[in-house]
Amino acid sequence: MSEKNKLEKALTGAEASAEAMRQINPDVVAMYPITPQTPIIQTFAKMVADGLVDTELIRVESEHSAMSATMGASAAGSRAMTATASVGLALMFEVVNAAAGMRLPITMSIANRALSSPINIHCDHSDSMACRDAGWIQIYSETGQEVYENTLLAVRLAEHPQVQLPAMVMQDGFVTSHCLTKVKLCNDEVVKNFIGEFKPQLKLLDLNKPICIGPLELFDYFFETKKQQVDAMKTAKSEYLNVGKELSKITGNEYKYFEAYNIEDADAIIVVLSSTAGTVKEVVDEMRKDGKKVGLLKPILFRPFPYEEVAMVLHNAKEIAVLDRSESFGANGPLYGEIKNALYDSQSRPRVQSLIYGLGGREIFKTDIKKIFDQILDGKEITEKYIGCR
Amino acid sequence: MNKKSHKEIAIGGTIDKPATSLEYKTGSWKIFHPQIDFSKCINCHFCVHFCPDDCFIVKEGKMNNVNMDYCKGCGICAQVCPKKCIKMEKGDPDPENVRKE
Repeated sequence: MSEKNKLEKALTGAEASAEAMRQINPDVVAMYPITPQTPIIQTFAKMVADGLVDTELIRVESEHSAMSATMGASAAGSRAMTATASVGLALMFEVVNAAAGMRLPITMSIANRALSSPINIHCDHSDSMACRDAGWIQIYSETGQEVYENTLLAVRLAEHPQVQLPAMVMQDGFVTSHCLTKVKLCNDEVVKNFIGEFKPQLKLLDLNKPICIGPLELFDYFFETKKQQVDAMKTAKSEYLNVGKELSKITGNEYKYFEAYNIEDADAIIVVLSSTAGTVKEVVDEMRKDGKKVGLLKPILFRPFPYEEVAMVLHNAKEIAVLDRSESFGANGPLYGEIKNALYDSQSRPRVQSLIYGLGGREIFKTDIKKIFDQILDGKEITEKYIGCR
Repeated sequence: MNKKSHKEIAIGGTIDKPATSLEYKTGSWKIFHPQIDFSKCINCHFCVHFCPDDCFIVKEGKMNNVNMDYCKGCGICAQVCPKKCIKMEKGDPDPENVRKE
C-alpha cells in the first residue's frame, strides 16, 4: 500500500482504538465508562453523534450489561464491539465467558488497569490476565499504532468462519491509552474492504431459520462444546498469521506471534508485554552499542499462546528474564509460566527467571532494565524480583 | 440414543432447528420408575395432572400408561395417588405395565 493512502495523525492509544472502531463501523456498540478506557468510548460516542458511523450506541448501566448487550447484538447477527478495563472487565467476567462459549465474534478493547483492592486506576495486566482462560483471543499492543492495527486484525480473526471466537485487544492504561503518539491510519475505504461484511453463520434474527443459543448442556454435550472451543483456538493460531498477511498488504507492517528484537545471537533476553517492551528496546540498543548481546521478546498473541514458536526463538539464549505486570498469587506469573512451559521441551532449557514489575502503575526505568540485563549476562540470580518494590 | 461428537454438533451449543426438545429424552436420568397397579386405580387423573413432565398417557378418558422416555422418576405421582396404587421401583420399567381393560 502506497503512503498516499495513509493519514498520519497525532493520537492517543485510546483515540487510535476509536479510529479503528470508526473505520470498522460496527453495527452495535454497548458501552460503559471506566478509567482509563473512557476516552475510547468517549471518542467513539462523539463519532456516532457526528454521524461518522452507522453504529447503534447502547449506553448501559454497568459492564455486565455492556457485555450482555454486545453479546445479544452479536447473537442477533450484527457486528458488535465494546471496551472496558480493570474492575469493569471483572464485573463482565460471567458474560465474557458466555460470549466465548456461544462463539460470538465480539471485539473488545481493553486499557489495562489494576484490579481492586486497594483501588488504583493505573496500569497493570491483572484485569486481562484474569480472563486469560475465558476463551477469548488476546492480543497485546505496545503502541497506539499497534492498537489501531491489532483492532483491525482482531475483528477479522474473530469473525473468521473457522474461528468464531471473541477477541480482546489490550493496551497499557494511561501509558498507551493517554499518550499522544504518531499513528498512521489507512484510508477508510481500504479498511472497509479489508474488514468486509459480517456474515454470521447463524443468527437469532433470521426468522426463516429459528435457532436457540446458549441452552442448557449437561454431562452429555457440555464437554463436546468446550472441545469445539479448543479446536477453534488452534485454528485461530494459524489464521492469525493469514489474516496478518492480508493486513500487511494495506499497512505494510508484519503481524507475527511476537516481536523478536535482536534475539538471534542474544545471550540474555528479556520477555515482556506491551508498552514496557519499548523501554526495553531502548536499553537493548544502548547495550548493543557496548557490544552486549542482549535482546527482547515481546509476545503479541497471548491467547492462543504460540508455545513451539516461542521455544524456537528462545532456546539458544543462555539467560532469560520474564517480566510480569500482574501477580498470580501463590503461583508463577502468567507470562513466566507460559515461557517456562514453552521451553520445557527444548534440549538446552535456558535458565528462566521470574520478575514482577509495575503493579498499580509503579514505574519501571531504563536503569532497572539495564540492571536486570547486567545480572543475567553475568549468569547471576536476579536480586530484586519485585522491581522497585520496597 | 447415539450421541454426536464435537465435530457433528452446531457450534457453541446452538440448537439450529426449532422444536427439538422432544428428541431430548430426559427419561435416562431416572433411577426409580412408577409401577402401577391398575386393579386399584380409580382413574382420578391426579397422577396425570401432577406429573411435571406430562408423561402420563390418557386413552379414551382413562390413564393408560407412562411415557418412560421422559419420566425422570420424581415420584410425585406415587405421592399424590389417593389409592396408593403407584409404587416407585428400581430396575427396568415393565413395558407391559399398561391398562388392560
